[in-house]
Amino acid sequence: MASVEFQNISKSFGAFVAVPDISFQIADGEFICLLGPSGCGKTTSLRMIAGLETPSSGRVMIGGRDVTYLHPKDRGISMVFQDYALYPHMNIADNIAYPLKVRGEQETKRHARAKEVADVLKIGDLLKRLPSQISGGQQQRTSLARALVYPSEVYLFDEPLSNLDAKLRLEARGFLNHLQRDMGMTAVYVTHDQAEAMALATRIAVMDKGRIVQFAPPIEIYRRPATTFVANFVGNPPMNLVPVEASVGEGALHLRAEGLQLAPIAPTEAIAKAAKSGRMTLGVRPEHLRIAGQGDQNIVSGELFANENMGPESLVTLERGDNGRVTARIFTDDEIKVGTSVHLAFDTRHVTLFDDSGARIPAADER
Amino acid sequence: MKKPPNIFVRRTVFSAAATFLGTVFALPLVWFVFAPFNARAELGLAIPSPFTLSNFATVFQNTFAMQALLNSLIQAAGGVVLVGGAATLAAYALSRSPIPGKGAVTYILLLFSSVVSGSAAMVPIFLIISAAGLIDTHLAVILVFAGGLLPTAMFILRDFIDAIPRSYEESAMVAGASPLQAFFDVALPVIRPGIVVVVVWAFVNIWGSFLIPFILLRSDKLMPASVAIYSFYSEAGTPIVTLLAAYSLIYSLPVIALYLFANWKFGFRFFGGIKS
Repeated sequence: MASVEFQNISKSFGAFVAVPDISFQIADGEFICLLGPSGCGKTTSLRMIAGLETPSSGRVMIGGRDVTYLHPKDRGISMVFQDYALYPHMNIADNIAYPLKVRGEQETKRHARAKEVADVLKIGDLLKRLPSQISGGQQQRTSLARALVYPSEVYLFDEPLSNLDAKLRLEARGFLNHLQRDMGMTAVYVTHDQAEAMALATRIAVMDKGRIVQFAPPIEIYRRPATTFVANFVGNPPMNLVPVEASVGEGALHLRAEGLQLAPIAPTEAIAKAAKSGRMTLGVRPEHLRIAGQGDQNIVSGELFANENMGPESLVTLERGDNGRVTARIFTDDEIKVGTSVHLAFDTRHVTLFDDSGARIPAADER
Repeated sequence: MKKPPNIFVRRTVFSAAATFLGTVFALPLVWFVFAPFNARAELGLAIPSPFTLSNFATVFQNTFAMQALLNSLIQAAGGVVLVGGAATLAAYALSRSPIPGKGAVTYILLLFSSVVSGSAAMVPIFLIISAAGLIDTHLAVILVFAGGLLPTAMFILRDFIDAIPRSYEESAMVAGASPLQAFFDVALPVIRPGIVVVVVWAFVNIWGSFLIPFILLRSDKLMPASVAIYSFYSEAGTPIVTLLAAYSLIYSLPVIALYLFANWKFGFRFFGGIKS
């Protein structure tokens, strides 16, 4: 296991700049998720760690060693591909054992090792089959087994679960989580699925347009999203963002928007500064909203747009005229009675404020 | 359900026309199968009675014609090895490496290839081969065919390789394989169905070709079967139908055998390594 470091990496494809300039450090034993929408540069970054792309400038270090221009085979890595890339002409045993074959391991030894790994992944009885003769979930586990069959410095995952159906994906995710606990592997995992990132990562790097917007543990990303982009990307459904007019008067912050009724907030220095622009964004997570009752002070109101029953909870979405929608996760065993107009309440402590530029304003209790 | 008579009539007419057309094309083939076994075969179609192998016996005694079959095999095999090997390497490089203008190169080569193996270029080809001192050698025939067939072979193969995801080789390299290992262990087996297509196509092309060996070769002992077939014409220039038919059947067997073999051994595609 080893650390990974990006030093001022940039990567362009012709005139297209995929990654303008990123630097980060991944410590030994960390499970890092690169999370972002498609085209944000996360896969390009992963491929630069693997050596499948060469950076336009900057250095890639693995375990303190400069590997920027090393061939993939000399980097001590293993990788799971999105399309699995199993060799169609080899049976499962040979597929799994291929990394050992190129390392000159004897056939009996490498097949014994392949069997060991395959048994752990519950594909031990498929070893004689060809990749075309097994299911998608089994193919996925085969490609995982191939990556695990020999010890690597760093394990790379390029959206390995995105081709599985929902149930298998949950199962595989749980298994990966268990594996990470078991092995303490250093891993870089690319995904556009925020739930996967939240479940697996020790730290998440949220990427947008080739830049890392926030690099923090999942709970930090969730509770204190650095920008509206992160807030809107993480969480299912994501954080509700309501653009508001802001002003400070009589020692309190007043926020106004259509359908919004809000108790004055005590302004910190940072809030007062941000309020000067007159515009802010108010963020509330769907699970912090509830159907408004007597005495609720913070209320957002609108027309009912959708009411989706999810079993344990319902997703209630209201529409504030032309000013966007707000979704709430309402946990209740009773059938929720919602009319054409809906009032949702929330507590001030659950409010996240973003300034004019979309950056989060630190709350009063933060240093 | 009762069909309207209109459809019934149309189908009858169509079937009748199709049967007629099919017969027209099938008759020569039927002749081709029957005539070699008929001691009195003529150009007309007749069921052999008695069934005889005497035509073959006579053909086998023609040492020139028998040697010619071997020559055909040497030239076709040599050409196929050269075309298959070179086209695979070239197409792989053209598909995978970021050479600027590689598309244009392939198209221009393709354009010129039809000239190279065509009769228009026979004089310059003869002069080049002559200057190289290769006239009347197997190598001359092999080289000219390789030059003529390579661009098309490259074109077919490059398209084939383009369609194969790079992640096959990438996963091999990440697993610790050198580029060479990744090519031979992973890429080549995956490309193989495409190579087989090219090999069969090149073999048939060379096997059936008359003009190039006829011009580049002098001595009887090097002539391929396509030229030697003329030894079954009488001195007056009329074909000896019985022997011609028998020899033609022998001549066509390797091609049929190759098709069957390729189809049996490689006529399937691998699926399932890539999840899409």
